[in-house]
Amino acid sequence: MQTVKMVVTGPFSAGKTQFIRSVSEIDVVATERKITSASERTVKQATTVAMDFGRITVDEDLVLYLFGTPGQKRFDFMWEILSEGMLGFIVMIDSTRPETFREGRSILETFRAYAPTPYVVAANKQDAPDAWDIEDMRNALRLSPQVKLLPCVATQKTTVKNVLLELLYSILAGLDSTEK
Amino acid sequence: MALRGNLRDFTVTQLLNLINLAHKTGTLVIEGPNETAKIAFREGKLSYTQIGQEDNHLATILHRSNRLTAGQLRAIQLRASHLSDKELGLLLINSGYIAQNDILNALQAYCSDVVRRLFTWVEGIFRFENEMLPPDDRITVRLDLENLIIEGARQLREWEQLQDEIPSLDMALKFIERPGTSMQKMNLSVEEWRVVSYINPRNTIQQIATATKMSDLEIRRIVYGLLQAGLVEVIRQDNAPVIERPRPQPANNQNREEQKSLVNRLITRIRSI
Repeated sequence: MQTVKMVVTGPFSAGKTQFIRSVSEIDVVATERKITSASERTVKQATTVAMDFGRITVDEDLVLYLFGTPGQKRFDFMWEILSEGMLGFIVMIDSTRPETFREGRSILETFRAYAPTPYVVAANKQDAPDAWDIEDMRNALRLSPQVKLLPCVATQKTTVKNVLLELLYSILAGLDSTEK
Repeated sequence: MALRGNLRDFTVTQLLNLINLAHKTGTLVIEGPNETAKIAFREGKLSYTQIGQEDNHLATILHRSNRLTAGQLRAIQLRASHLSDKELGLLLINSGYIAQNDILNALQAYCSDVVRRLFTWVEGIFRFENEMLPPDDRITVRLDLENLIIEGARQLREWEQLQDEIPSLDMALKFIERPGTSMQKMNLSVEEWRVVSYINPRNTIQQIATATKMSDLEIRRIVYGLLQAGLVEVIRQDNAPVIERPRPQPANNQNREEQKSLVNRLITRIRSI
């Protein structure tokens, strides 16, 4: 049995756990704890402290694991561990919380430094009325036009699938380009 | 969709950068602690400003820029208050009192001054209104934002923020090829030109700092301004220190065809979910 791994990362409350839940065939093994910080509790009640873990069985020989990283900075020691051996990674950004964009960019840079694997950026909560426009987010996050910034609603399986597929297309393109 | 947030997360300079890059048309409304500013843009260029209750009528602006005396201003306010700015402007031009360029220069100077004042705002909420345009009867200008962005970046003093924006000096810079943007139109300082002269994908920011004898703070501030103005972009050096680690890639020992086959199987599976 061969296993491959993708990592879903991003700032606190970006929607990483929900993203994995939407496509995982098993109940996500979440390591959520009640939030102690008052300011963070206003955003959500519980947060991932070690990792989330989802699974998609491809066939009897191949399984894809999705790992969600803890979003809070004080658990960032887990990021490096989770990034080992990843096929690619997804950076989730909450489109309605511009105050997290800077942190999102910083997380992206950190993961790029861990491993030069393909990645995509998912602009979550694009269905919310106060969501930032994709191109505004691209400028604010200073993403070059080559970086895929994809609209996403983590509760909708179709958009989550699209994000995963776009990451896989990037991985495939990377394999093609190194072949030439 | 919404472009809204807090000045604690996005500085006015960063907002100008966003508007400039996206060639936005509309009005940036900033609600500060004491007053509200409205800055209008047309295709990414500054066109009109209104700050608080400040009188921004043409006659007042011409008086402030010493093109009308206090007496002339009083006379216009008494006898020509029914005229719109456009009508007053035409009247002054047709009577040979003032040239069109003088009017535009005075308005541009006023709009730039308002934006400069906004650079000192650190508290407040902002939103960009796509549908909100300047009043029809006002004269609008068409002012490139790059110089203002550079000016705004020069005012950034906080070391932590600069370090956050440019976390590493081991990166190189290259010029962005953007139609309509010319370095020659920029009002750069001597120090900024010195940095510009060293920009090359082979030179790291650290090397430029060494060559120009600048401290980390100085080089970061200048690079930040050039980045915000959309003149340069950061590129990673091929020899930049990347944390290398043994990566048990699942396909490490497979040939490329097997790797591609694996990814294709994943694609087929995800599509079927």
